[in-house]
Amino acid sequence: MNQPLPNSFRQGPDGRGRFGQFGGRFVAETLMPLILEVEQAYEAAKNDAAFLAEWRRLLKDYVGRPSPLWLAERMTAHLGGAKVYFKREELNHTGAHKINAVLGQILLAKKMGKTRIIAETGAGQHGVATATACALFDLPCTVFMGATDVARQQPNVFRMKLLGAEVESVTSGAATLKDAMNEALRHWVANVEDTYYCIGTVAGPHPYPAMVRDFQCVIGDETKQQILAAEGRLPDALVCAVGGGSSAMGLFHPFLDDKGVAMYGVEAAGRGVDTEEHAASITRGRPGVLHGNRTYLLQDGDGQIQEAHSISAGLDYPGIGPEHSWLHEAGRVNYVTATDDEALEAFQLCSKLEGIIPALESAHGLAHVMKLAPGLPKDAIVVLNLSGRGDKDIFTVAHHLGVKL
Amino acid sequence: MSRIATRFAALKAEGRGALVTFLEGYDPDPATSLAILRGLPGAGADVIEIGVPFTDPMADGPSIQKGGLRALKAGATLAGVLALVRDFRKENAATPIVLMGYFNPILSYGVDSFCNDAAASGVDGLIVVDVPPEEADEIEPQAKANGLDLIRLIAPTTDDSRLPRVLSATSGFVYYVSITGITGTKSASGADLTAAIPRLRRHTELPICIGFGIRTPEQAAEAARIADGAVVGTALVDALAGSLDEQGRAKPDTVRKVLDQVRALSEAVRGVKKAA
Repeated sequence: MNQPLPNSFRQGPDGRGRFGQFGGRFVAETLMPLILEVEQAYEAAKNDAAFLAEWRRLLKDYVGRPSPLWLAERMTAHLGGAKVYFKREELNHTGAHKINAVLGQILLAKKMGKTRIIAETGAGQHGVATATACALFDLPCTVFMGATDVARQQPNVFRMKLLGAEVESVTSGAATLKDAMNEALRHWVANVEDTYYCIGTVAGPHPYPAMVRDFQCVIGDETKQQILAAEGRLPDALVCAVGGGSSAMGLFHPFLDDKGVAMYGVEAAGRGVDTEEHAASITRGRPGVLHGNRTYLLQDGDGQIQEAHSISAGLDYPGIGPEHSWLHEAGRVNYVTATDDEALEAFQLCSKLEGIIPALESAHGLAHVMKLAPGLPKDAIVVLNLSGRGDKDIFTVAHHLGVKL
Repeated sequence: MSRIATRFAALKAEGRGALVTFLEGYDPDPATSLAILRGLPGAGADVIEIGVPFTDPMADGPSIQKGGLRALKAGATLAGVLALVRDFRKENAATPIVLMGYFNPILSYGVDSFCNDAAASGVDGLIVVDVPPEEADEIEPQAKANGLDLIRLIAPTTDDSRLPRVLSATSGFVYYVSITGITGTKSASGADLTAAIPRLRRHTELPICIGFGIRTPEQAAEAARIADGAVVGTALVDALAGSLDEQGRAKPDTVRKVLDQVRALSEAVRGVKKAA
């Protein structure tokens, strides 16, 4: 890039919802007034002490925050290099980081006077978190989920139904997360008056990428305090899997201006980035416009969107949040990849060494830690965002290991 | 004067409204698509919209989604759709052509070269669904430089404070989305439209066409009476889909069936006499 590096990496987005050239508001006119309304409501809410106090109360007493920062000693000894810490988002109520931003958004929806909630989900974690918050606040909830994902994430589908949500199985396209998001947007267009769309990641039209990031920053803010308390210094590296990239933005953002902290966003390489079957939008994609924002996308030479592939339903998305695209081009965050097989290996290793069954999403992050840590000195510190627990994935993993349950 | 302005001026002089038709380019295959396109003016289409197929048509209902997928399977690309327009222009110099689609294929083609090639191919206007006025600088300068009209959608959700901004970024004609929803899923009531159109007229001199909920000849006639034209898409895509064989291929009467529907719509629109 020929542009000078900014003084701060934490100033974005600009007034148009852009991070450099990325982001924006690429939606149909029917949605535009609503997007502006969400933006206005969020701008007011984020400076509203009572709103934030209520959100913090829910995070503490309902979600169980702060989540611990765990020194993974057996993993550290096994890898033989840097000290490895896990930020244990998997211990949150509902089993992943998604609930942090969902509670913020549901409070916002109530403040806006909306009476119905819709959401899209891939792995089902965001759907479960949204269904949970809607049960708590007594709001009707519809979750759009690709039919392929409905089949491979049955436990989460059942959870959502138990929580009182309707699950709409989406059969268009490849019937995965991208198509669930298309369908949620179509439904929203038709129900703008009473409905709030609770987006699960740092993508979509402005203000969603910034808003979801802000709510998820609780992860990085806590990590900073916890690592300073434990080690008296900041970590050398942060690692997190990226699909849309909400858990990674939440961990990275509070550290972006701390020059000594290296960051690694781990994309899903599926069967390998040189095959057709991966979900590595930054590594193998190029900038385009989809789902309301300009960002790196998997697309063919004619601008048609390609299907992503990952063993992890939560990473199976052909795009990535626009701020990640910007941080990539600015060179602040390194985007690397881990294959299905590497994630499966990390999944098993973590279970055996630490007694923690990680989500397949988080296992991609761990797979990179397994490459990174051995080459670092023993006094180096690496923090992995263990963004979700793997109970939902045991059927998928058993299938891939050839085990019949 | 542009082809679009010329056409609407002529219709005004004739004292009638416009029938605007929409079909996806390449649906179900390039040859059938071209044959339909060539037959449209004779069947009574006054303005022709061609959909540029996209994998993720966020504003479209199931019928047009499926039409787009059939077209993509048949090899549709933006360049292919421009070639279709060039072939059409060999026989027809008067009927305005508007391309309707999403931004990513244009971005991928290159906005500059696309606007240049579209104008050279005989395209008159563009509807880029996911580029609202807030993002207009992405394509407006290039479209203007090539004499292409940028036709914008106005929705029932577009409030009075926003209306002037959207309308000032519009040229050619105004496309009023008669429902809050995706294409082809519900219909607006005549009463809603009777209230909506004068609200727009206060802010614009441009012709106003109503779309997104117009299926039948009766609805088309009503839209032509209340506004300056009716846009019919889903009903035509459905007629096309209904004429295909089980493998989704065109049958010998596919072109005729679509054009018959256009003739019925056109008769109804022409039946409405308006002040010249």
